[in-house]
Amino acid sequence: MVEQLSGGEILIRALQDEGVEYVFGYPGGAVLHIYDALFKQNRIQHVLVRHEQAATHMADGYARSTGQPGVVLVTSGPGATNAITGIATACMDSIPMVVISGQVMSHLIGTDSFQETDMVGISRPIVKHSFLIKSATDIAITVKKAFYIARTGRPGPVVIDIPKDITSPTDLYPYQYPDQIVMRSYTPASTGPPEQIRLAVNLLMGSERPVIYTGGGVIQGNGSAQLIQMTRLLGFPITSTLMGLGAYPGTDEQFLGMLGMHGTFEANNAMHHCDLVLAIGARFDDRVTNTVSKFCPYAKIIHIDIDPAAISKNVVVDIPIIGAVDLVLTEMIRLLEPEVTRRSDEQKQLLVEWWEQINGWRNQDCLRVIRQEDSKIIKPQEAVQAVYKISGGTAYVTSDVGQHQMFAALYHPFDEPRKWINSGGLGTMGFGLPAAMGVQMAHPDARVICITGEGSIQMNIQELSTCSQYGLGIKIINLNNQALGMVKQWQDMQYEGRYSHSYMDSLPDFVGLAESYGHAGFKITSLDELEPVLEEALSMDNRLVFVDILVDPMEHVYPMLVAPNGSMRDMWLRKGVRT
Amino acid sequence: MRRIISLLMENEAGALARVVGLFAQRNYNIETLTVAPTEDETLSRLTLTTSASDTQVEQITKQLNKLIEVITLVDLTDGEHIERELMLIKLQANGAQRAEMKRTTDIFRAQIIDVTQTTYLVQLTGSSEKLDAFLRAIPRDSVIEMARSGVSGLARNGTK
Ligand SMILES: Cc1ncc(C[n+]2csc(CCOP(=O)(O)OP(=O)(O)O)c2C)c(N)n1
Ligand SMILES: [Mg+2]
Repeated sequence: MVEQLSGGEILIRALQDEGVEYVFGYPGGAVLHIYDALFKQNRIQHVLVRHEQAATHMADGYARSTGQPGVVLVTSGPGATNAITGIATACMDSIPMVVISGQVMSHLIGTDSFQETDMVGISRPIVKHSFLIKSATDIAITVKKAFYIARTGRPGPVVIDIPKDITSPTDLYPYQYPDQIVMRSYTPASTGPPEQIRLAVNLLMGSERPVIYTGGGVIQGNGSAQLIQMTRLLGFPITSTLMGLGAYPGTDEQFLGMLGMHGTFEANNAMHHCDLVLAIGARFDDRVTNTVSKFCPYAKIIHIDIDPAAISKNVVVDIPIIGAVDLVLTEMIRLLEPEVTRRSDEQKQLLVEWWEQINGWRNQDCLRVIRQEDSKIIKPQEAVQAVYKISGGTAYVTSDVGQHQMFAALYHPFDEPRKWINSGGLGTMGFGLPAAMGVQMAHPDARVICITGEGSIQMNIQELSTCSQYGLGIKIINLNNQALGMVKQWQDMQYEGRYSHSYMDSLPDFVGLAESYGHAGFKITSLDELEPVLEEALSMDNRLVFVDILVDPMEHVYPMLVAPNGSMRDMWLRKGVRT
Repeated sequence: MRRIISLLMENEAGALARVVGLFAQRNYNIETLTVAPTEDETLSRLTLTTSASDTQVEQITKQLNKLIEVITLVDLTDGEHIERELMLIKLQANGAQRAEMKRTTDIFRAQIIDVTQTTYLVQLTGSSEKLDAFLRAIPRDSVIEMARSGVSGLARNGTK
C-alpha cells in the first residue's frame, strides 16, 4: 500500500530517500510544519546555525569536501534573504547545494504578507535552477529533480521554495520517491567528442612549450586521478587556479604553483611564454588572465569543460572539448600512451629546454619570506608555513577572503583534492568558519583548520556557538594583522597609503571570546612562540581552538600581477620591485 | 548584427522570467520578444531579436541553452527563414488625409480593421523592415498610437 503523508513529511522522506545526512538550517513560521516533520524522525540530522548565511556555507563546505550536495532549510523572508550570499558563493564556484526555503501560504503570495519575499525572483541570477512548489504531490519529484540538477553537469545550487500550506499536516497524499529522472530539457554532457580529443592529442604531442592549466572543475568532476596520470605521462609543467589546488599534488616537481593575480613567478611566466595551453575545468577568469588581449600571446589553447558556455567566453580557444573531465582525460590518456613512447629525441630535447627555462624562473624563489634578522614579529607566511609543518599538510583547510587566503594558498601546498576549501569566485568574507563546520560534520575524525583574518572571522563569529552545540573541534588560525589587509595593500599600492576604512579598530579579545563559548584560545605574538603554541593547539583533538596570531600588519601578498594593462609576465615581486 | 533567436521551452511559470532575466544580468539587449504556447501545450515558443556581435551571440545562445527549461534553440538568422511581425496602428484620417491614408494602406497591403469619422485602425503584417517602411511612409504626426507584436519566425525547411 502506498503511504499517506503530509507535505512536510513528504519533503523529509524525500530527503531521506535522496541519502541526505545533514540539513543545515534555522526555523521560522513558514517552515514550522517541516520542522515538525524533522522532529519526528532521526535519519537526518538537523544542524541549527546562528545565522542562515552560515547554514549555506556549512552546506557548501560539506559539499566541497564530499562531492555530495549540501542541504539548507530556511524560513521565508529574512531567512531566505540571509541565505542569498551563501547561494551566490556556491553558484560562483559551481558547488552542488539544495536550498529549501519556506514561503508564505499560497493564497498570500503577492500580497506583501508578513515575511514574504519573492525568493525565486531574488535568487534567480545566482542559482542553477529553482522551483516554486504548487502542490504537495509535486514535492517528491521536485526534490528528485533538484538533486539531479544540483549534482550533474556543471554543479550548482538549486532553490526549492515551498508555501506553508503545502506542508500542512492535515492534508495527506500518497508518497512514492521516483527512482529515476529524465528531463527532456536537461541533458548534461558526458564523454567528449572523439575527433576533438584526437586533435587535442596531436597538438599536445606537437607542442614545444606546453602548460597544463587546471581549475576547480577537475575537483568537482572527480578528475584528479586521471589528471595526475596524464600529467606524469606527458612530463609537462602544470599550474592551477585558486579553486583547483590539490587536484594535482602541490608538492610535486611538475607543479609550478598557483597562477594568476597572486600566482607564482614561474607559473605566470610559463603561461605567458608557452606555445600550448591545456585548460581543464578552468574558466579563464579575470583573476587569472590579467589583460585578456595580452593573455598567452604565443599559445594555442585546448579547453576541456563540462559547460559549453564556459568555452570561448573570455578567451577564444582553438580546440574546445565539452565533456566530463574524468571521461575526457581517460580517453586522452588512452590516445597519448602510444604517442608518448614514440616521442622523438628532438621532441624530448625541446621539453628539456622548456623545463630549463621554467627552472630559471623557479630559481627566483618568488615566495621567499624576507624578514629582519632581529625582529620577533611574525610574518603571516611563516604562520601558514608553521601550520603546514605541524599539521603534516594533510588537514582540510578552509579560508576566508583577503591576504590570509592568498598566503594559505601559496604557502600551504595541497596534495589531495577537496582539502583546500575557499570562496574563489565570489570572494565571500565570513565563509571560512561555517565552511569548516560543514567539513567537520562530514568528516568527524579529520583535522579541519580554518585560516582566517580578524576581519573575515567577525562576519560569522556567532557560529562559535554552533560549534559548542555540536562539539566541532575546528582549529581556527586567525592571521591577525589588525587591518582589512587586502584592502590596505591596494591602498598602499594605488592610493598612496590612504587607509580609508581598512583599519580594524576595537578588536575583541579573541581568546576571551572563544573561551566564553566554551572553547580554548591562544594568543601568539612573537616568532619564538609560534611553533610550540601551534603544536599544543593542534594537538587538542575534539576541542575548538582559536589561535590568534599577531602578524606583521605591513606585509603584502606577492607576486601580484601588474594591472591595468599588464600581461601575465608583468608582476610586482616585492614592495616597489616589479618585472 | 540583428539576430532572431527562436527557442522552445517548458510552458511553466518562471521560464520566461529566466530568459528575460538572463539578458538583464549579462548585459545583453532584447529588441523584441514574443512568447506563446505551441501545438504541444506543455511547450512555449519564444522568439526574440537582439543586436550583438558574433561572439556575443555565441554567448547568448549558450547561456540560453544552459537554462534548464530551454529545450531547443535556433538562431534563425543562420539559415533561410520566414519572419513576420504584426502591427496595429491608429491613424489620424481627416479630410484630404483620409484618402491618402487609404492609398498608403493599400500599397502596403495593410487592412483597415476599424474606422471612426476621424481615424483608421490599420493592421499590417510582414517583416519588421516592411513595418518600418510603412511608418516612414506616413506622416509622423498622424500616428495616434500603435502596438507591434515583435518578431515571430520559423526556419524554411521541412523539419522541426
Ligand atoms: C563580504 C565581503 N565584504 C567585503 C569584501 C572586500 N574585501 C576583500 S579582502 C578584505 C579584507 C579582509 O580582511 P581580513 O579578513 O582581516 O583579511 P586580511 O586581508 O587582513 O588577511 C575585504 C574587506 C569581501 N571580500 N567580502
Ligand atoms: Mg586582517
